[in-house]
Amino acid sequence: MTRTHLLLAPLCAVVLLGGCAGVKSYEREMLADPIMSFSRDPVSDQYVDHVYDVREGARGATTSQGGGCGCN
Amino acid sequence: MNSVFAAVITVRRGLCLCYALAGLLAHPYGMAAVLPDERVDAMYHYYEGGDVKVSGPALLVRRNVGDSVSVTGRYYMDSISSASPDVVSGGSPYKDRREEFGLGFDVLHGNSVFSAFVSTSTENDYQADTYSLNVSHELFGGLTTVNMGYSQGHDVVSRVDTSFESEVNRYSYRLGLSQVLSKSLLLGVNYEGIAEAGYLQNPYRYARVLGAYTEEIYPGTRDSQALALRLVKGFAQSSRPVGSSLRADYRYYRDNWGINSHTLGAAYQFYIGDRWLGDVHSRYYQQSAASFYSDNFQTAMTYMARDKELSTFQDYSIGTKWSWTFLKQRYLSVERASLNLAYDYIYFTYDDYTNVLTGQKYSFGANVLQLYISAWN
Repeated sequence: MTRTHLLLAPLCAVVLLGGCAGVKSYEREMLADPIMSFSRDPVSDQYVDHVYDVREGARGATTSQGGGCGCN
Repeated sequence: MNSVFAAVITVRRGLCLCYALAGLLAHPYGMAAVLPDERVDAMYHYYEGGDVKVSGPALLVRRNVGDSVSVTGRYYMDSISSASPDVVSGGSPYKDRREEFGLGFDVLHGNSVFSAFVSTSTENDYQADTYSLNVSHELFGGLTTVNMGYSQGHDVVSRVDTSFESEVNRYSYRLGLSQVLSKSLLLGVNYEGIAEAGYLQNPYRYARVLGAYTEEIYPGTRDSQALALRLVKGFAQSSRPVGSSLRADYRYYRDNWGINSHTLGAAYQFYIGDRWLGDVHSRYYQQSAASFYSDNFQTAMTYMARDKELSTFQDYSIGTKWSWTFLKQRYLSVERASLNLAYDYIYFTYDDYTNVLTGQKYSFGANVLQLYISAWN
């Protein structure tokens, strides 16, 4: 098993377990609140991701898209 | 180049496997997916740290066209003035401006949202164009959302003081998933593989060999993989369904330049009354150096870099964000509006990068400020 497969394994495991949560539609009031979101403010999150992206070696798996450097 | 294709093929195999699995498990009576919120955000951002100042506006406008199409427009500008040690060692302080324009569409079809986004970023010495496609699909009655995305970028790198010009091609593959684990717990998993080919170094930076400056030489390709896990837990309050939430993030990253990194983050968000939303958060990041990085090479090598972003370093940050909902009842076409202020302090410490101006190991603190208005239709 390659490292790539190891990295992808958690995603597939969660898909397989997806139907097991058993949360009814009327029980999802909490989940609809903005503070339960992974990205509440897209402009702010994209900006913060960009601040780190140009100053750190790692990139990817964040909320931002787009190009450019701004770091020369 | 072979390593780029190998990474792309490997990532494609993984994507095909997971998407086939997701297709088999799709629930025929799932809750319908929804388009993103109709909103307008106008921001002023400011960064100051390491003798670099970056500030400017950002704007996001997202409107629906009919019941199944959403259009997004984005503008972002960085006004940069820099005299950081690595720049000063290779030239002189400078000023620059970067502008980015983006246009995107989201189309809702059943339980799926198909998205396309185009952006172009322009500086006087760097031009970047990016095209992105994304599809998200809800399964198991809306308990699971699977995302797949592909981006392709083409950059043109140049110098302002010479006729130098070169190119970079970038390919990004994303696979994401969010899962409802209970009525107050959400899990997010995101994977992204990026393959780059072309001129990947900075034309203004220099390496050191026995103390003498020489041109940096980077490999012509870079393949990276990142996997992020996110959890959000909500806490009920007597007056509302959820009064606060705790978010925890972890990201593992590695690439074929030898950089391995770990990122940990946590945030606590809480309502105060019916108009205020507070947020306190913290983040830790650490990485190992690229295999061809050295602060001062003892002999000339095939590849040589002295970019501090490729060295061994850590950064820590703490921050807070406050949102004040100043409009809670519909006024003209605006349903709700808030004023937001965020501040972060980041501290960087480098293990093997010397500040050439002082001869000491380099470290610096940075202040990051955001002020923005958000309005929902």
